[in-house]
Amino acid sequence: MKVPLSWLREFADLPAVTAHEVADRLTEAGLKLEAITSHGHDLKNVVVGRVLEIEELAGFKKPIRHCKVEVGEAMPREIVCGATNFEPGAVVPVALPGAVLPGGFEIASRKTYGRLSDGMICSEAELGIADSSPGILVLPQDTPIGADVVELLGLRDEVLELEITPDCGYALSIRGVAREAATAFGVAFHDPAAIDYPVSGGPSHPASIADPTACDRFVLRAVSGFDPAAESPLWMRVRLARAGMRPVSLAVDVTNYVMLELGQPLHAFDRATLQGEIVVRRAEPGETLETLDHVVRELHPEDILITDDSGPISMAGTMGGLATEISANSADILIEAAHFSATGIARESRRHNLVSEASKRFERGVDRELPLAASWRAVELLVSLGGGTAEPGVTHASVDVAPVAIAIPSGHPSAVAGVPYPRETVIRRLEQVGCRVVDGEVAVSGGPRGVAATGVVSSDDLAEKLTVRGDDMITVYPPSWRPDLTDPNDLAEEVIRLEGYGNLPSVLPAAPAGAGLTETQRLRRRAGRALAVSGYVEVLAYPFIGVRDLDNLQLPAGDPRRAATRLVNPLSEDEPLMRTTLLPGLLKTLVRNVGRGFTDLALFEVGLVYRPAPDAPATAPILRVDRLPTEEERAWIESALPAQPVRVAAVLAGQFEKSGWWGPGRAAIWADAIEAARIVAGEAGIALTVKADRHEPWHPGRCAALYAGDTLVGHAGELHPRVIEAYGLPPRTCAMELELSRLTPSGPPQAPPVSGYPVATQDVALIVSADIPVTTVEAALREGAGELLESIRLFDVYAGAQVGEGRKSLAYTLRFRAPDRTLTVEETTAARDAAVSVATERTGARLRGA
Amino acid sequence: MSDYDPVEVTPLHADELARAEADALAAIKSAADLDALKQVRLAHAGDRSPIALANREIGALPPAARAEAGKRIGAARRAVAEALAARQAELEAERDTKVLIEETVDVTLPWDRAPRGARHPLTTLQERVADCFVAMGYEVAEGPELEAEWFNFDALNIAPDHPARSDHDTFFVESTESGKVLRTQTSPVQIRALLARDLPVYVISPGKVFRTDELDATHTPVFHQVEGLAVDKGLTMAHLKGTLDRFAEVMFGEGISTRFRPNYFPFTEPSAEMDLRCFVCRGASAVPGNPPCRTCKSEGWIEWGGCGMVNPRVLISCGVDPSVYSGFAFGMGIERTLMFRHNAEDMRDMVEGDIRFTLPFGMEV
Repeated sequence: MKVPLSWLREFADLPAVTAHEVADRLTEAGLKLEAITSHGHDLKNVVVGRVLEIEELAGFKKPIRHCKVEVGEAMPREIVCGATNFEPGAVVPVALPGAVLPGGFEIASRKTYGRLSDGMICSEAELGIADSSPGILVLPQDTPIGADVVELLGLRDEVLELEITPDCGYALSIRGVAREAATAFGVAFHDPAAIDYPVSGGPSHPASIADPTACDRFVLRAVSGFDPAAESPLWMRVRLARAGMRPVSLAVDVTNYVMLELGQPLHAFDRATLQGEIVVRRAEPGETLETLDHVVRELHPEDILITDDSGPISMAGTMGGLATEISANSADILIEAAHFSATGIARESRRHNLVSEASKRFERGVDRELPLAASWRAVELLVSLGGGTAEPGVTHASVDVAPVAIAIPSGHPSAVAGVPYPRETVIRRLEQVGCRVVDGEVAVSGGPRGVAATGVVSSDDLAEKLTVRGDDMITVYPPSWRPDLTDPNDLAEEVIRLEGYGNLPSVLPAAPAGAGLTETQRLRRRAGRALAVSGYVEVLAYPFIGVRDLDNLQLPAGDPRRAATRLVNPLSEDEPLMRTTLLPGLLKTLVRNVGRGFTDLALFEVGLVYRPAPDAPATAPILRVDRLPTEEERAWIESALPAQPVRVAAVLAGQFEKSGWWGPGRAAIWADAIEAARIVAGEAGIALTVKADRHEPWHPGRCAALYAGDTLVGHAGELHPRVIEAYGLPPRTCAMELELSRLTPSGPPQAPPVSGYPVATQDVALIVSADIPVTTVEAALREGAGELLESIRLFDVYAGAQVGEGRKSLAYTLRFRAPDRTLTVEETTAARDAAVSVATERTGARLRGA
Repeated sequence: MSDYDPVEVTPLHADELARAEADALAAIKSAADLDALKQVRLAHAGDRSPIALANREIGALPPAARAEAGKRIGAARRAVAEALAARQAELEAERDTKVLIEETVDVTLPWDRAPRGARHPLTTLQERVADCFVAMGYEVAEGPELEAEWFNFDALNIAPDHPARSDHDTFFVESTESGKVLRTQTSPVQIRALLARDLPVYVISPGKVFRTDELDATHTPVFHQVEGLAVDKGLTMAHLKGTLDRFAEVMFGEGISTRFRPNYFPFTEPSAEMDLRCFVCRGASAVPGNPPCRTCKSEGWIEWGGCGMVNPRVLISCGVDPSVYSGFAFGMGIERTLMFRHNAEDMRDMVEGDIRFTLPFGMEV
């Protein structure tokens, strides 16, 4: 909302303060300053002149005039001018040499088109009044020659641009902002709507409300004999422009001016085009209307319409119809001022993608008591500026609406704020807002409610639950311009904000002792930290993927990861799906980093994947809001949502350990990817079981399935060359993905006994078939070695001629220790032999050299 | 008493002893380094050295000869020990001054052999926020990112016609009628916390949220918020302010200036915006005549987040009686906080995953 300060001062007796001071107070009251624009302060030395003579200069590409202009000095000035919209005798603004125009444009005496130009005749644009103007500004004949134009036309002004929250429809008017400003400064407010207006006489035009849920007040006033050629006065055009509206014609400008001033959207019909009675109703199937913007709109059965015998003539509160609009010949005008359903207009505006100044206001709530006054204010302006006659009488269709009353204890605002406010303060503040306050709790009969305000769900049951009872009840009747005040806390907010949020004390509440982070939350942190410590850099990729990603990952048809949730309105048509795996985002981030010149990369992400259940309900119900949902309702909602487990994934390429002066580096390989998974699982106290697997997108010979006990928790290894090619990844890129939600922390680690007796070490080298996994061999050795085995470590793997084709040699160090004695050589050897014998039995291993 | 060895052993001869001593002293002198000296010590002062063997024989001498022999052998042992100690000191000094110096390396050589990693600052900032509130007694609450409309809107008193519910702002899932959206705020966790927990409830909930904005320097369709909720008997706006003032101090340091300004949110009533004094111009740009400030658009303040007293309507939809309990809630943008706290200027850097952006943040922020 753009508010010229001069306009504001008309209705609030503000002291001599700067625009910034006014803006600060309004911001404190909740009307936040966005920007202040100064007008006319950079405008100097522009005076009123009268054109005495005009000489047309020939021989130029465009018309050029050399004028003699009287500016209240001894001698007229000679001025060259390119505009042609004035005659000798015209009164015009003249910028004299030394003048400065908006933007710092300085005027000097100069030679141009072969003549002296001793100043400039100005247009509205050049004076900063309008964005553009076709010719120079011609002033009324009785304007005093030589007078300062800035002073005379009141061009010096500041415009406050305020951010109006959606609950404050009333503040989309000078009237509403002036009320706040007057309260903020504790000065008098002069309500521009408090005018006398005639209400008697027959209807100015037959009209009725057919749907009381669409409209609860509909007012028409008529003006006849209006001069369609009459122009809007400069002051009105200046104010409209500064408030952000483009001047159009007098009739339209008047409706806009009154809307800005009072907040009541108005519509002007050319009465000659109307046919029969006007009816406010909803659209009928198949109806269309060509609106002012020359678009033929197909109407929706919920659209609120103004209609006559010909059908729809206007989309209520949104945009008028083309056929009945004010034209250059309209002499008889019908002004409409109504109170429409806020939700109805909001939906209509959204449905047709039509946001107008009117719809913005109706959507946020317009004063139901304004239509009679606002329509009269418009009529008065049309009559005085456009020379018409106000037709007697007024059409006033209205639906009965019971007054809203809210009873609260007078101490309620204090209880909400945590600050004691005296009773009289509470009442005074509520009255400043415009409320009527009476002592005691007045029984409020249900009564008709009128059209729905946006965003307010109401029911008697809800109202009862919202009721606050206590000592010293007062009953508050909110003013008609505040449909947002419905609940006890709405009233508390009014008192607290006017008393100043800045005056609230700062008190730290004593929360009960909490239990800290859960084990799952701690694990998630540890997992991230452990990977970072191991050299991985965390990324937070967008969770959007496309079918192309699923193809790139070589996922077969029917892979559950292909069952991805689809967005209705994705940002990119290429990525309309929610990820079912973290890998696409990580791989694309890897490629991006490669593109930026990095070759050695290790990245990880911890985040959700979205896995819809095949048998989930298609919709999650929208439940009631006036009570606790039932268990069944909640279960229904939860079952409709996809499972969203937390996953951790890592990708790596290039060298994992760098080469340098110490020697060569080490390329990242499949084993690093598996190790990354082990690191994460280790943080949960879980030793993963690794099994060879074939699973896209991994290399079929270099893919590990990872198990926590019997539960499959993820995969790791080198990516399939097709995946590498599809994403343009570095060769041999490796990856792991693990479902963190499946790693249940194993509880607090248990302290092991630490034996003080010496260790006995035995090395064994076993030859096994090359296809036997080392984990099988190790498991056999462990089992055979028995309880004396402290640790086992594979320190070498050899495959070659010495061990034979299709075989490999595995060299292990076995460390034995007893808790209670020094082991003898015989004991240790026996344990080792037992280990080897189980390995032999299970895997066909034989001792190397044996 | 004739248990002594009547045979006088060779090492006990005076000249033999003198030779052994001389040999020892010569060997000590010629030991070139500490390792050689160690060998010399073994050979000439060890258990099997001639002098040690001679010493062992003293007991076998006739009593009359013992004193004299003991004296001679003792003198020889002392001489050798002294010579050893002296040579040891000499060689150690030589090692310290010469050999160690010859072993000098260039300690400025780089060692970036092992890869360096880092956590994303948006993650660690969320953790720091959570820690701040956990220290106050709060617990961390969580909820799904793909959320039911009822949780994301209705239960938060955002009516069906609210503009935020249009597909201009909200990602709809499957169909606009599915009742499922990508959550547009962390506030639905408020509802989940109230449904799942016993009162009083003090929870903090950082997490990912979604709005249909195109990525640019100041917008991203996927961003992070932290939601706070306290519902208890007797909570007031003063408590809300106290909590956020403390939060601001923890995040930005003592002396941070804050402002509470009326605002509107459907799920809180009364509602406020929490502003921070602009950390660039310190508010100077708001004074007419001073140079403008790009960071706060010369307003002197920057918006940090919204807050307010939980709208009693929200409590009702969670089955909480607003005549007994009241609460406050707040929501701050993590990206904005990162911008203010760490001078991160461009949101694109936070989402692109360029390792140059993330690495300097290390393990914690």
